[in-house]
Amino acid sequence: MVSIEIDGKKIEAEQGSMIIEVADAHGITIPRFCYHKKLSIAANCRMCLVEVDGGRKPLPACATPISDGMVINTQSDFAQDSQKSVMEFLLINHPLDCPICDQGGECELQDVALEYGNDVSRFSEKKRAVVDEDLGPLIETEMTRCIHCTRCVRFGREIAGIRELGAVGRGEHMEISTFIEQSVDSEVSGNIIDLCPVGALTAKPSRYQARAWEMTQHDSVSPHDCIGANIHVHTLRDRVIRVVPKDNEAVNEVWLADRDRYSYEAIDKSERLLTPMIKHNGEWKETDWESALERTASKLNMMVQTDGANQIAAIAHPSSTTEEMYLLQKVMRGLGSNNIDHRLRITDFSCQQFEPLHPELGIELSELENLDAALLIGANLRKEQPLASLRLRKATRFGRVASVGLYPVYHNFSLSHEILADAETWLIQLAGITKYLYQHQPDKNKEQWADTMDIEGLEELLAPINVSQEHREIGEMLLQGEHSSIILGATALEFSYAGQIRLMAKAIANLSGSTYGFLPHGGNSVGAYLAGAIPHRGPAGADVEQDGQHIKDIFEQGKKGFVLLKTEPGKESVIGEAAKQSLHNADFVVSLTCHADDEAFEYADVILPIASFLESSGSYVNVNGLWQEFSASINAPGEAKPAWKVLRVLGNLLNLKNFEYVSAQEVRKEVKGRLSAVGDRIKPKWQCPERLPRDGFSPRPVNMYQIDGWLRRAPSLQQTALAKGQEILKRPRLSPFHNIVGGV
Amino acid sequence: MTNSETTKLQELLSAEALEQAANWVSKYPEERKRAAIIPILTIVQEEHGYLTQELMDAVAEYLSCPKIAAYEVATFYSMFRLKEAGKYVVSLCTNVSCMLAGSEDIKKWFKDELGIGPGETTEDGIFTLKEVECMAACGGAPMLEVNKQFHENLTVDKVANLIHELK
Repeated sequence: MVSIEIDGKKIEAEQGSMIIEVADAHGITIPRFCYHKKLSIAANCRMCLVEVDGGRKPLPACATPISDGMVINTQSDFAQDSQKSVMEFLLINHPLDCPICDQGGECELQDVALEYGNDVSRFSEKKRAVVDEDLGPLIETEMTRCIHCTRCVRFGREIAGIRELGAVGRGEHMEISTFIEQSVDSEVSGNIIDLCPVGALTAKPSRYQARAWEMTQHDSVSPHDCIGANIHVHTLRDRVIRVVPKDNEAVNEVWLADRDRYSYEAIDKSERLLTPMIKHNGEWKETDWESALERTASKLNMMVQTDGANQIAAIAHPSSTTEEMYLLQKVMRGLGSNNIDHRLRITDFSCQQFEPLHPELGIELSELENLDAALLIGANLRKEQPLASLRLRKATRFGRVASVGLYPVYHNFSLSHEILADAETWLIQLAGITKYLYQHQPDKNKEQWADTMDIEGLEELLAPINVSQEHREIGEMLLQGEHSSIILGATALEFSYAGQIRLMAKAIANLSGSTYGFLPHGGNSVGAYLAGAIPHRGPAGADVEQDGQHIKDIFEQGKKGFVLLKTEPGKESVIGEAAKQSLHNADFVVSLTCHADDEAFEYADVILPIASFLESSGSYVNVNGLWQEFSASINAPGEAKPAWKVLRVLGNLLNLKNFEYVSAQEVRKEVKGRLSAVGDRIKPKWQCPERLPRDGFSPRPVNMYQIDGWLRRAPSLQQTALAKGQEILKRPRLSPFHNIVGGV
Repeated sequence: MTNSETTKLQELLSAEALEQAANWVSKYPEERKRAAIIPILTIVQEEHGYLTQELMDAVAEYLSCPKIAAYEVATFYSMFRLKEAGKYVVSLCTNVSCMLAGSEDIKKWFKDELGIGPGETTEDGIFTLKEVECMAACGGAPMLEVNKQFHENLTVDKVANLIHELK
């Protein structure tokens, strides 16, 4: 720690930190354009010039490390003159088109110019104009406005790991460009809009829709992956204009994935439902809520009486809120059926009894950045949880990441080792690593895993396995890492022997002293487990008298009645065809959904229009078990209603007990109350599998913009290269070297 | 990079040039081999006359760096040409020393006699004029360079003779 003085204020700060960091931490404003706390220091805009006592020239605050006794002045005439001169230079070529610029009103250049700019320009020369770029369907450009801060270039290089933009040309002719006509296709490309301090890069779908000061800001949470990115929803006259990130260092830092940012566009698609509808003799008729719900209730009641409660089933999409899934299971269990599930893409349920209370990562998301060693098993983080990928990428500066998977994956960081297995040998490959660890460190971590792991039979199981050089190296890497982690992704969870994969991964974690966890599907799988939207456990992991059927049995064996919550199983289930077939064959299907297409109209009998996550309150629980609550940003269109209200009324109509909620909070309180009553009592003990099956099967991974009904209907996202399945990255070579920031 | 992998650049360069390129790469640590981008772009340009997008992409692949990094370097340095150039590239210095000693007249001569300004090529494809910064030959100002040959202490007449000889 050293002591310095900024504007007469005595400050203690870490040696080596930059002046601007210290000033920011103490609320002293220094104007800046190129500096950003998440990016490397470029010091190319020169706006942050300050006076340092003893310095002959003004110094850039962003690139000047502090030293003991430094006296800094940000407000002196000398500092202000320097800043004003820089501002004058920056404005030479900047067009005066603020009145038609989307950034107007929230523009860093505009704000700083107000303070440091001159009223009148001294330059009568021609301003330069730059030909615009077409960066694709998500980002609008107006490159004449660019002031060359290079934040967007550094974002691609340092954060996204996909360098598409660069500074082409020099001097007066320098332009930020892709050089060749090409769109910017990264899965986190939208962040350069937030980074751009001027109106050069703005959001294309919301262009010319609203001015910054007209919009109202609401807080919400993104439902598309288990990170639970925090978002600000900007609305105008009850319309969502755009979505921008809300800073939350523990969750999404300052970033958003493109699908978090642009999915809102599905809100008023033509397939959006506005009124409840009933099918009469094959003809769809609009109706009112009362008749639709009464028909649903009487149908369900009738089926329970004639066919038994086991003949009805409920399927929820894992992006439903915790409250909705809790009430759905409460309705179903009230009727006497445990057939409720949300695991649309799971194929193996053999180990479901050994699952922990809810899916979890095992470490905080922020700790992903500090791992020395990580083993990804069947994980494609860039496509599954883009923001987790950005975190793990940071770890590869000093740590190493290995992967054992089924498909060639295009990571945005380089791997130290990669084993590409096929479905028959995947388990064998993992067993190779386990064997190496078991042979070489049988005792080191024994205390840690003795009470969670029953290793009887492990030696015999591993006896025929060959340990290859790669297995050794990966095992060694995990043993040496102080912070090491095993992370399972979607392919591992979808595998037909997912339970075996998980056992083997857990064994590797135990033997190597690594943490173990996985990244589940959808935005709220964790909430689904806690709310009891699973057939084998009630809310908060409570025991059920008799396990219900899991989703695969439900679809393959068929049911007479179905309740669907925000899901289109034909498109979302791994057994889509079987799902469609069983819905067709069912006597009665009620779908609570935001959108419906021909497929849904064909199999459903009652369709209830539901308010989306932007239009109702609720909560999502992320992969760290963090509850994130949100309320409606806008009103639901037409007669659409929040699903928790619909399910509450349905509960009343079915004469079920304790359905008197007046708000989503009350539902939430009940779920949380049950959680604290039960506690985390599920502590599964590791069992040695009996054999390693070789007849595994893996469903094809699903496109990252097809995973839920909202993304499928978001028009701009659907036009992107990623939606079309084009791959922008080259598969990085395996590199024994750490990733170097700026080296990509 | 292992030797067994072939890159696009190997198809585009002669064996001799490839050897030179490999020699440059070997001077840098493997993970920082993109540091060799300027010499390698130079080698490629010498062989092909100018840099096309295909060539720049191949260089980027060869050095395992993003394509845009190659475009940035190629557009930044004036010694890289992105358009087809004439048989003789005339680099005329117009910095202070040369300007004071009459480089403006020489520039005007090119416009009047050959009809080309800086950055332009004659219709017959023989001469390209480039305006360059100081080439460290101020003692012989005004000067110009034809391909790799310096010509110093010039006058308009001397330039006219030189150009006619080259024709």
